[in-house]
Amino acid sequence: MCHQTVSLVARYLEENGLSTVLMGSARDIVEECGVARFLFTDFPLGNPCGKPWDVTMQRSIVGMALDLLEHAWMPRTTIQTPFHWDNDAWRENFMRVDESNRESLAREGELRRQFQADMKKNR
Amino acid sequence: MIIYQLRSHRSFISYIDRTREYYAAQGYSKPYMWPHYDDTPFTPLRKPLTECHVGLVTTAGLPKPPGAVAAMFVPKELYVEQANPPPQRLFTDDLFWDKKATHTEDVDSFMPINRLGEYVTSRRIGSASPRFYGVPTDYSQSRTLEHYAPQILEWCREDRLEAVLLSAL
Repeated sequence: MCHQTVSLVARYLEENGLSTVLMGSARDIVEECGVARFLFTDFPLGNPCGKPWDVTMQRSIVGMALDLLEHAWMPRTTIQTPFHWDNDAWRENFMRVDESNRESLAREGELRRQFQADMKKNR
Repeated sequence: MIIYQLRSHRSFISYIDRTREYYAAQGYSKPYMWPHYDDTPFTPLRKPLTECHVGLVTTAGLPKPPGAVAAMFVPKELYVEQANPPPQRLFTDDLFWDKKATHTEDVDSFMPINRLGEYVTSRRIGSASPRFYGVPTDYSQSRTLEHYAPQILEWCREDRLEAVLLSAL
């Protein structure tokens, strides 16, 4: 939801005369929405501005965002930063659905709906 | 260093696909409908970046009361906060990010407040806003567009910004 929210806000600011650049890691959500300038870092969600405590990388990413702000000449300009996460396991693991967890996910969904129904009843 | 690979699928994750499949497995048959626009507004910088006043927008929240459960029940809020001194922590537990792969203990990894300050010092940008802005994530696109975005714009105007960096967790 974070990427949707900042995409909508960025669009609104652009419509009202402010130049924006969005830094994020959920490329499809941002590009479906459509923003003026997008700096994409292909990391797990959570660190769109660089790895924690890696000041050099963070400085580089913010520098690229400023370059994009300055040099993009048309909307929907996406630039991908050259950085890679330490390994690719997160790509498979994040919100994974397979035969090993299908039953537990269905049960979690049931429990959540029950919890929400109880909360509604007790309001 | 590998510089060339063959892949049968795109490398980056489609979160639209991933979340739809995940929630379907939890029994939610009606998928979330994401915003899509054909047109995209664009405002070029009106003056050199070295003269621009630049601000930050984050989806992270202000620090919450201690206790994981209590914190989760504090509603997300729209806020404006002084940028100096920069925050040591912001609240992100209630947001949708990869809590197994990484962490958010370093604010600059998701809202580059210190890094932006360094670019002021090196004169890459004119100045940084004295305040930063927090926008709550919301399933409601109309609430975001009709309530949150106008308030962020108003704060940007109060602070006389020309450019804004927005970062999403």
